Amino acid sequence: MREDRAAMDVPIAPAPPALSSGLRQAVRLLARSRGAMFGLVVMLGILLVALLAPALAPYDPVQQHLLDQNEPPTAAHWLGTDRLGRDILSRTIWGARLSLVTGVGSVLVGAVQGSILGLVAGYYRGWVDQLIVRVIDTLLAFPLYLSAIFVIAVVGPSQLGVVLAVGIAVTPVFARLARGESMEEREKEYVLAARALGNTGARVIVAHILPNVVAPLVVLASLTMGDAILVEAGLSFLGLGAPPPTPSWGLMVNDGMVVLTRAPWVSMGPGAAIALLVLGSNLLGDGLRDAFDPRLRGTR
Amino acid sequence: MTVLAGATLIFLMVHLIPGDPVAALLQDQFTAETYAATRARLGLDRPLGAQYLLFLQNVATGRLGTSFRSQRPVTQVLAEQFPYTVELATGAIVLAVGLGVPLGMVAAVHRGHAVDYLTMGAALLAICVPSFVLGLAFLLVFSFHLGWFPTIGAGGGGVLDTLRSLTLPALVLGLRTAALLSRIARSSLLNVLNLDFIRTARAKGASRRAILYRHALRNSLLPVITLLGVTLGHLLAGTAIVEIVFSRPGIGKLLVDAVLSRDLPQIQGTLVVFLVIVIVVNTLVDLAYSVADPRIAYA
Repeated sequence: MREDRAAMDVPIAPAPPALSSGLRQAVRLLARSRGAMFGLVVMLGILLVALLAPALAPYDPVQQHLLDQNEPPTAAHWLGTDRLGRDILSRTIWGARLSLVTGVGSVLVGAVQGSILGLVAGYYRGWVDQLIVRVIDTLLAFPLYLSAIFVIAVVGPSQLGVVLAVGIAVTPVFARLARGESMEEREKEYVLAARALGNTGARVIVAHILPNVVAPLVVLASLTMGDAILVEAGLSFLGLGAPPPTPSWGLMVNDGMVVLTRAPWVSMGPGAAIALLVLGSNLLGDGLRDAFDPRLRGTR
Repeated sequence: MTVLAGATLIFLMVHLIPGDPVAALLQDQFTAETYAATRARLGLDRPLGAQYLLFLQNVATGRLGTSFRSQRPVTQVLAEQFPYTVELATGAIVLAVGLGVPLGMVAAVHRGHAVDYLTMGAALLAICVPSFVLGLAFLLVFSFHLGWFPTIGAGGGGVLDTLRSLTLPALVLGLRTAALLSRIARSSLLNVLNLDFIRTARAKGASRRAILYRHALRNSLLPVITLLGVTLGHLLAGTAIVEIVFSRPGIGKLLVDAVLSRDLPQIQGTLVVFLVIVIVVNTLVDLAYSVADPRIAYA
């Protein structure tokens, strides 16, 4: 999934704005993109639902009503109930929290780890760089899902495990970008000046280089989010994520598998929710990339 | 080199796995004697360095140990399951390339028309819907309601039977890749169509068809091949989900089962196999470059 953004660009689209033209133009470009705005609305909507989950959910997400098993969508249960009589709408609403938290959390883990590794490698070069590059390349050889399953095997199936797993799995992508950026920056005069003033390497990286390379990293983070959510949902579907009865979307789809013919809504409600969240974050991510950093096209 | 690094990584990570596999294995037969005996039998009582060297040696010679759970050689278990996954992955790749590349080209040629919007919209959808949701939806519609395809398993003997069982899983696994390929094929072809040499060809009076097939197509293939290489690894990892949705045997399912039951040798062995496949695929992709573009030569 790392690669899918490569294909998005329409090559004859208006030439990307000069990078120096600043934030305002980027925001204007973002606002003009219909896809990005749709993505933004979807993401904000899901965020709102997640925040207001206790108020919005009509029922307790883990409360079982064994008399109302596998009920089709009705006025009382808009998305029906599952085999334990739990309200699917309520579980889906609460699941939004979990999905957003794990999605953002895992991307954060990956971005922070990857940036540190990449910045250090790009700034110091030499054997440190060689070592880090070797590790990154090895990690990149593993597909996202595989590295994630791998980490789960180590830390054991749990929600925290999923965050760590997806975080570690996306780390090399961030490290690669950060390394390239930091190699470019270290040759610039302001870095030389900062070093001449006697700053330590760590200080130069954090106080001087980081602020100059943070924009592409943030854009990459938004691009990675959709994939992270998909992998996370896949892991919980496989039973490698949060244990039942946690209202996790992937787990809910799995729950519905045994009653697929009798009660397809059990799987399809949360399934649609995952697709919507991924769609929203992909569209928003693409918009951000086009507006803020068109150079990133094709990095994934 | 990458195999060595990857194998080392796998070994280290697997041995970081907390929890005692021997205790889990013995369960109610747990006594001090059986515990020590089992540890010795599995080679877990040796120092880590020795285990590592043994592991490397075994990987190199193709012996991957004995599965804790099934008590059979890991390689044997893998060999049984492997063909099913190869079948599935091959089917998926064929569908992905066969659907994705032509659709992307068609979209590029009809840029801005309904065909373009339709294919690209469908592609976006295929990228956002998780494969397990798509798989269940397909099962529901095509297997249960329409009865066109079997609901579980990989089919008994017979080519037709196998193909019938393979169609849906391969489609589900390949659709996302097809979508990714169609997008890159479209944008790459559009890029190429804007280049100077195409204008030259047009100026000398070549027909639209000749320009497309003789000049543009081959030149737009490189990004498609690159992407194919990257996605293939992902496609392989995706077999786990598809195999579980469609109750098919295969090494993806094997890996997940091994993780859930903490079957260290089986996890280790399956990961090594995945790693080797990914590396082989990447090498093949590199070779494919030189076929698509003779300027890239490999000594």
